[in-house]
Amino acid sequence: MSTPLLTIEDVAVELPTPRGNLRAVDHVNLSLEAGRTLGIVGESGCGKTMLSRAILQLLPKKAKLTGRVMFDGQDLVRLAPEGLRRLRARDLAVVFQDPMTSLNPVLTIGTQLMETIQEHLELDAPAARKRSIELLAAVGIPAPEQRLAQYPHQCSGGMRQRIAIAIALSCEPKLLIADEPTTALDVTIQAQILDLLAREQRRRHMAMIIITHDLGVVAGRADEVAVMYAGRVVERAPTQALFKRMHMPYTEALLAAIPKLETAPHTPLPAISGRPPDPTRPLRGCSFEPRCRYAAGRCYEAKPELKAAETPEHLYACFHPIQMAEGIGA
Amino acid sequence: MMQLAVRDQPLLDVDNLVVEYGLGNKTVHAVSGVSLHVARGETLGLVGESGCGKSTLGRAVLQLRRAKSGRVLFDGEDLTAMEGEALRKMRRRVQLIFQDPIASLNPRRRIGDIVAEPLIIAGVKDASERKRRVHEVLSAVGLDPDLVAGRLPHEFSGGQCQRICIARSLVLNPEFIVCDEPVSALDVSIRAQILNLLEEMKTRFGLTLLFIAHDLAVVKAVSDRVAVMYLGRLCEVGPSEQLFAKPAHPYTGLLLEAIPVPDPDVRPVESVAIGEPPSPIAPPSGCRFRTRCPRADQRCSTEMPELREVVPGQFVACHHPLA
Ligand SMILES: Nc1ncnc2c1ncn2[C@@H]1O[C@H](COP(=O)(O)OP(=O)(O)OP(=O)(O)O)[C@@H](O)[C@H]1O
Ligand SMILES: Nc1ncnc2c1ncn2[C@@H]1O[C@H](COP(=O)(O)OP(=O)(O)OP(=O)(O)O)[C@@H](O)[C@H]1O
Ligand code: SF4
Ligand code: SF4
Ligand SMILES: [Mg+2]
Ligand SMILES: [Mg+2]
Repeated sequence: MSTPLLTIEDVAVELPTPRGNLRAVDHVNLSLEAGRTLGIVGESGCGKTMLSRAILQLLPKKAKLTGRVMFDGQDLVRLAPEGLRRLRARDLAVVFQDPMTSLNPVLTIGTQLMETIQEHLELDAPAARKRSIELLAAVGIPAPEQRLAQYPHQCSGGMRQRIAIAIALSCEPKLLIADEPTTALDVTIQAQILDLLAREQRRRHMAMIIITHDLGVVAGRADEVAVMYAGRVVERAPTQALFKRMHMPYTEALLAAIPKLETAPHTPLPAISGRPPDPTRPLRGCSFEPRCRYAAGRCYEAKPELKAAETPEHLYACFHPIQMAEGIGA
Repeated sequence: MMQLAVRDQPLLDVDNLVVEYGLGNKTVHAVSGVSLHVARGETLGLVGESGCGKSTLGRAVLQLRRAKSGRVLFDGEDLTAMEGEALRKMRRRVQLIFQDPIASLNPRRRIGDIVAEPLIIAGVKDASERKRRVHEVLSAVGLDPDLVAGRLPHEFSGGQCQRICIARSLVLNPEFIVCDEPVSALDVSIRAQILNLLEEMKTRFGLTLLFIAHDLAVVKAVSDRVAVMYLGRLCEVGPSEQLFAKPAHPYTGLLLEAIPVPDPDVRPVESVAIGEPPSPIAPPSGCRFRTRCPRADQRCSTEMPELREVVPGQFVACHHPLA
């Protein structure tokens, strides 16, 4: 196995709030190789965005970050601002859920694209313009030359997300983090954007992290999936292995809650009752215990640590794992 | 015979509805001749991609946006012809739930007052009666009235805000609710809770629903029949199971293919990448879907397809429907 491009070691993020310190990310370990896609899945507030911001070193000022983020041989947590700026401009790119957070509403699309390209790739204006048109065409924008003169508000949501992706790709990054890139879009446009990301990722041999709350989005598109709950990674496995055998009750519940086309109308959905725990309060047992239908015994007392299942790549954190082969697990 | 006719009369009957917006000197053809009906106690799902006119249709049904032409019969009475007091009375019987639960709650008002507001507008003067109703609906949606009534919206999550919106929509005992993407902004686990809640409320209060969404699996979960909309027109209407098992309109087929399947062995189909819908300012001639349709031919650009019954109960507007 080659050395990973990105290794997250014991990363924790705490945010001070009036109600006490909030554990947004609770000691997470992950790694990702060049050319591979990692899906990070979990419900709202579980820390997906904070984790991606911890990788990018774009946390709120008051946040306290511990652990190491090794990217291409350097620890980003300890990198000087100038080095970080250079890395973010060239090797690390991000696409957010709302494309308007990455687009400037008062500049034309052409200006934004060409500025980014000229800053990163040291091209002159005509070359940057040519490159901009190529990029817009690559992300599936019809009549790209005309688009250059338009403003973001003149484009549909799907178009804007394509443009945000074009800008993110313009510096040929080694790692692209897509934080819910399609949550605000329709199914047809969602499929197109995800196809686009997958195609560009293969073409550039780029590493990619897709963040979503929908297991359906990562199933066909990620090599590996990490499921987060209350700031922690609670199950992590190669995608095939995960869907074949889920060990963590939360992963199973998350999958069950998705409405399926095969199901007859008016069938009650197996919803996960209740809500995740308050991240400012200390926890005694397993964080999923109040909502878990398998909770018993140790679940109320101790925190289950991540451990390996059938293979060392499949990790889960649970005292009573489901679908476990004989002899493995608790 | 007479009796039968009255009983079979749909609660909502929309006939050839046209709704337009002026945009500078241009016209947005948001809803262009839509006819549909919803039977008493039924849920009709309405799907289609962003901008196809779903919300406009929903708002025009409730007379929050007046139609240019066409009729909206509610319980046999034409809402488009109503004004003033008559319309206000009618509005008590119909309600609307929005997509963005947080934005649709006034941030400075307490939950108890927010939920009571429709009662005040409707002229319920007795404060204790109002309080009783507010408690009743808050409990019905799974919230503890004593804990939540005095708090402000920002103290609640998106899912809880949607429960509050649902409570507010129930407080006047309506017969009919337009749910405009009530779960689109919620994540998977909360989405399931809210869908179950809507189903429960529907049974408990004997509601009739028009359920708008762009996610077909979500729509199927709650709908008896489904209407598929594209660029201001209906493509296909039919019983949920039948329509999803055997879509007849190429656009319905495409929507079904685009749904992400939570199974890694099902590779996403790349062929769905067929661009974006045209502008409703200058919709294509003939069939509005023809610029993205793999089956389009000459006839599709000149002749507008009308809805016709292909299988009992299933109607499709297409010259070359899927077999
Ligand atoms: N600026 C902030 N200050 C304090 N707490 C914050 C801030 N931003 C987020 N949080 C909290 O940190 C935790 C993790 O939030 P995060 O945004 O990472 O969740 P997420 O998984 O991305 O959720 P979503 O799916 O809603 O985007 C949550 O409890 C959230 O309320
Ligand atoms: N007030 C308005 N003025 C002008 N055009 C409008 C107005 N409201 C909506 N439109 C346009 O009318 C068309 C239909 O909009 P509508 O909001 O009904 O679509 P929708 O199907 O509900 O979309 P979404 O899924 O994004 O909510 C769109 O092209 C939209 O841009
Ligand atoms: S440790 Fe216990 S409570 Fe936690 S997920 Fe496993 S069974 Fe459920
Ligand atoms: S009428 Fe023609 S263009 Fe329209 S959906 Fe049918 S085949 Fe396609
Ligand atoms: Mg987030
Ligand atoms: Mg809408």
